[in-house]
Amino acid sequence: MSLRPDLAKIAELVPTGSRVLDVGCGEGDLMDVLRREKRIDARGLEIDPELVEKCVSRGLSVVQGDADRDLTEYPDAAFDVAILSQTLQTAERPDYMLDQLLRIGRTAFVSFPNFAYWKMRFSLLTNGRMPVTRHLPVSWYETQNIHHVTVKDFRELIADKGVTVEGCWFFAGGMEISKSRPNWRAEHAVFQLSR
Amino acid sequence: MATILASDLTRLTLEQPLPLDSGKSLEGVEIAYETYGELDEDKSNAILIFHALTGDQFVAKTHPITGKPGWWDRMVGKGKPIDTARYHVICANVIGSCLGSTGPASEAADGQPYAMRFPVITIRDMVRAQVALLDALGIETLHAVVGGSMGGMQALSFAANFPGRTDRVLAIATTARHSAQNIAFHEVGRQAIMADPDWKGGDYYGGNGKGPEKGLSVARMAAHITYLSEEGLTEKFGRRLQDREAKSFGFDADFQVESYLRYQGIAFTDRFDANSYLYITRAMDYFDLAEEHGGRLADAFANAGDTRFCVVSFDTDWLYPTAESRNIVHALNAVAAPVSFVELSAPYGHDSFLLECPALDRVIKGFIG
Repeated sequence: MSLRPDLAKIAELVPTGSRVLDVGCGEGDLMDVLRREKRIDARGLEIDPELVEKCVSRGLSVVQGDADRDLTEYPDAAFDVAILSQTLQTAERPDYMLDQLLRIGRTAFVSFPNFAYWKMRFSLLTNGRMPVTRHLPVSWYETQNIHHVTVKDFRELIADKGVTVEGCWFFAGGMEISKSRPNWRAEHAVFQLSR
Repeated sequence: MATILASDLTRLTLEQPLPLDSGKSLEGVEIAYETYGELDEDKSNAILIFHALTGDQFVAKTHPITGKPGWWDRMVGKGKPIDTARYHVICANVIGSCLGSTGPASEAADGQPYAMRFPVITIRDMVRAQVALLDALGIETLHAVVGGSMGGMQALSFAANFPGRTDRVLAIATTARHSAQNIAFHEVGRQAIMADPDWKGGDYYGGNGKGPEKGLSVARMAAHITYLSEEGLTEKFGRRLQDREAKSFGFDADFQVESYLRYQGIAFTDRFDANSYLYITRAMDYFDLAEEHGGRLADAFANAGDTRFCVVSFDTDWLYPTAESRNIVHALNAVAAPVSFVELSAPYGHDSFLLECPALDRVIKGFIG
């Protein structure tokens, strides 16, 4: 099984043996790779009970919960690394969620789909409708992605918050791409942040 | 209740008196238990299952009184989620109960049954007795402790009071404290028993052997309702009539649900002692894990270290609803314990943990490993 490229990048960057919380861990693919390859006993938070059940049946420690509400339960600096993959855009308040992430983890990895990716822009420009793509496959009225964000928007938010960018990586077509003009070229972005 | 043959029981007598939370202690405590599967040479593959209020040690063996299969036969056995081909499963009758462990029907030092002279016990006392059993069996660390309902309370109490003696804690459909509503339902049951003239202040043993069967059966009926969901009851019985075409305009069991409850109540009196019911419900009502640890639940788990927890609730359980499980998970998160939690969807209410629920099988199998 191969990880989604943004998750593979995060898995590569997380230090061996660190304490990890994966927020929105889905079926636990990243946690499983961290366990096998980095000797990391990660914890997960996932809202969908069926996905939680899959995680638990894989022997992973995952709590069913709502990141919008339940992150406040975790103590300060309880983890070395907090991961938020493809979940930021579903948050009620992404800005508060980033605060929580950086409170719980000493460093945070955040991955999100870039709404300013050129294919999105082109689709919106030519069709005049909300783009439905491979990575954002659901119609506007049923999507969980309620806060679409671009690389530029994200940079602006973290600059406002005074958060440090430790690194950033970009992806398109399932591959990592160069760091040039990412807001135009990147389908996905991964940021490593710290306070 | 019917008598059990001593030959149906495996028992161990504790050499030391058992200290109780009340400040009293019990001498010569007997613990009836059953085991399933082989214990490894290094004694590292043992799983302790805690039973619920009216449960017993016959998890996966035919019940000696009812002749029915074990209460968790579907979960425990060779190739089942708790696999006895790999694990040595131990289940002990709790003290205060009536399936062979010391309880109110047992003989006191004067040769007479304790009856109401039996000391009030707590969930922690039950756990202490089972830890003494583990000591006697030479088992230091368990692979897991597992329990549903009152069994889950014991599992949590075990984790809080004997940290380091288990690698895993699985608590299903349970709570860290009895709520006012929980206590209220139990009080209805106890009052039904004590209002029965055949209860005789608890001294009903011997003689013609008839105890407060009416009272105990009403207690069971009331409790049984709390184990089911409204949806489950509606689906199973609705307003259907029992063996009749029309209402009788009387007080017979016109409705199927009445007939069912009456049957459940009466059948229960065959296998359970009324005084045991009083003592065990009291122990559950007294249960408040946070209170035992200075009022903050997280402090109960402060020494849990690397122990892995798995908490499971059911969406239709209104006896110990999901909010109670979340409370436990919240406390475990606060001490950064490795915890899993899932609310499973099942139609049967609190009793879901005993019934067909494939998702529960998968969770248990995955967690136990």
